Amino acid sequence: MLVALIGFFSGIIGGMGIGGGTVLIPSLVFFLGTKQHTAQSINLISFIPTASVAILIHLRNKNIEKKLVIKLILLGVIGAVIGSFIAVSLNAQLLKKFFAGFLLLMGLYEISSKKNLQKKRG
Amino acid sequence: MLSFAIFTRINITIFVKINTKYREFIGDSMKKSKFTAKLLLIGFITGLINGLFGSGGGTVLVPCLVFLMDVEDHKAHATAIAIILPLSILSSIIYYSYNVVDIALTENVAIGSVLGGIVGSMLLNKLPVNILRKFFGVIMIIAAVRMVI
Repeated sequence: MLVALIGFFSGIIGGMGIGGGTVLIPSLVFFLGTKQHTAQSINLISFIPTASVAILIHLRNKNIEKKLVIKLILLGVIGAVIGSFIAVSLNAQLLKKFFAGFLLLMGLYEISSKKNLQKKRG
Repeated sequence: MLSFAIFTRINITIFVKINTKYREFIGDSMKKSKFTAKLLLIGFITGLINGLFGSGGGTVLVPCLVFLMDVEDHKAHATAIAIILPLSILSSIIYYSYNVVDIALTENVAIGSVLGGIVGSMLLNKLPVNILRKFFGVIMIIAAVRMVI
């Protein structure tokens, strides 16, 4: 029950495209003592059905920029394979710190940025 | 003499017109290829981060789309999901082949997260941009703090 509840809340955040994994992975590690790698795999796998339904709803609401999707996926696929192999084969402590730094800066930027705030939704 | 002058004049005008058209064409295609190059690079980094940390693709992709590609916030969030889905499928296969998965636990999480996903994607349109950015920013900062602890 707790597990499904954690899933539910991370699903809400994930469905909004805010990052369900940033909630799901630490919750699993903290509440259930799941191993980091396993928690990451749970996030990746459970994202598949979650994203599928979310995409259907976003498509209906005309929120998906279809002409950007293909180009972003093209090399993204290669990145995904490289990243996953690195993740399962080594301990990426240093990379993790770099990424944390990036997240912190981007998070602050998201909160404070006024850029394109008034942009009309087309 | 006069007719020659007129002829040259017309000739020059035509030449100038063609030249500007040509320049516009070259300019457009250069802009377009720069645009594509940016998209390809952003996609690559997104895939790398998402595979490496098992999440976080969106935290790279959404700000890039909003601040570099001028995509509207709501659309950036929704589009990010469509891009991360195939990347997650690939990464899942690799994680699965390395035997780090827990199927039973994944099933339980997935049941909850599918329901949450429906709620979340319907909520997205209801949130104004400034609230969406604050929410997104706070989640990113929490994730950052947790990563170094």
